Amino acid sequence: MAVEVKIPTILRTYTDGQKTVNSTGSTLAEVIDDVDSRHPGLKDRIVESAGLRRFVNVYVNDEDVRFSGGLSAPIADDDVVVVLPAVAGGAH
Amino acid sequence: MTRYASLADSVGHTPLVGLPRLSPSTSVRLWAKLEDRNPTGSIKDRAALNMINVAEADGLLSPGATILEPTSGNTGISLAMAAKLKGYRLICVMPENTSAERKQLLAMWGAEVVSSPAAGGSNEAVRVAKKLSEEHPDWVMLYQYGNPANAEAHYLGTGPEILEDLPEVTHVVAGLGTTGTLMGIGRFLAEKKPGVKIIAAEPRYGELVYGLRNLDEGFVPELYDDSLISSRFSVGSRDAVRRVRELLEREGIFAGLSTGAIVHAAMAQAAKAHKAGESADIVLIIADGGWKYLSTGAYAADLDEVEEHLDTQVWA
Repeated sequence: MAVEVKIPTILRTYTDGQKTVNSTGSTLAEVIDDVDSRHPGLKDRIVESAGLRRFVNVYVNDEDVRFSGGLSAPIADDDVVVVLPAVAGGAH
Repeated sequence: MTRYASLADSVGHTPLVGLPRLSPSTSVRLWAKLEDRNPTGSIKDRAALNMINVAEADGLLSPGATILEPTSGNTGISLAMAAKLKGYRLICVMPENTSAERKQLLAMWGAEVVSSPAAGGSNEAVRVAKKLSEEHPDWVMLYQYGNPANAEAHYLGTGPEILEDLPEVTHVVAGLGTTGTLMGIGRFLAEKKPGVKIIAAEPRYGELVYGLRNLDEGFVPELYDDSLISSRFSVGSRDAVRRVRELLEREGIFAGLSTGAIVHAAMAQAAKAHKAGESADIVLIIADGGWKYLSTGAYAADLDEVEEHLDTQVWA
């Protein structure tokens, strides 16, 4: 089972500059643990004791995990996980 | 009824059309609510008109008043139409990187445009507008992000229209900007048909500037209540452009770019229901037509080029 995890520029120091890393896991927590096992330190930048860090957004197939179970969000084969730092934006 | 006493009276009452080619099956159906059929071509006519009507009723607006609003286009055009009909002066604050068509349209409608720095997106436009408002206390800022009359327009109009035309509705997908559309529809359906899923779709910009409203960044529209939202999709420009082209190619609907994000989220939801063997009737909101975005090249240019171009400009 392969899951693609997209890493934001600000966290690529942990992945030797790689934009995407492949991972496995059936929940978001498992995927993050798996990535952290090969890129130590990454998990701490995404997760804190209460769950996802406030200034990090994580999307599974474009869906915000905050509405779909957070770290318990189910992950399936071929899913794409996007990690994004929370920064300014706007339209309308 | 298709005869109205004036243009303002014709706002709303938009058609709901099936999308048989984009729907995964006959039991998972997609429906499009064509808000581009409003007088100025976008869903914002509903909110603009209701905000002005309520401000008049509250005694905030009197003949000859100046209205000030941070907007990257559609709300400005809608307000300009209403202001013209009612005799108000309108000043719009918008990011300097909004498309040329929008600035031309606003000028054509008689609005004055103040540009805010591109880098801050709409958040910066809001900041600039608030500062101008402090300098000119006699100007009236309707402030779509915090004005309950914005969401009320959808509570009174869009929501009831959807339920009347499609009593079996299971999901509604709309853009997340001021959040007025989703809050108004969501609140109406929560009362009248609890269980309908309310899905937010937001365009995602490049990594440094993305999201209609990044809720962690400290700018949460005062109207926003996340308890009314069932799920939230953030859609990259490439997917949004792909979907907006697909909508035109397969269903003949020429929609604006933020609608591409809405279609993408609606199709993801449809695929989920189909995979789970559930039936669904999913309404998606066509927020505006594609005319104002032609200069972005989104409808014809190479996808890679469009993606790069859109990541650096406001396209919703």
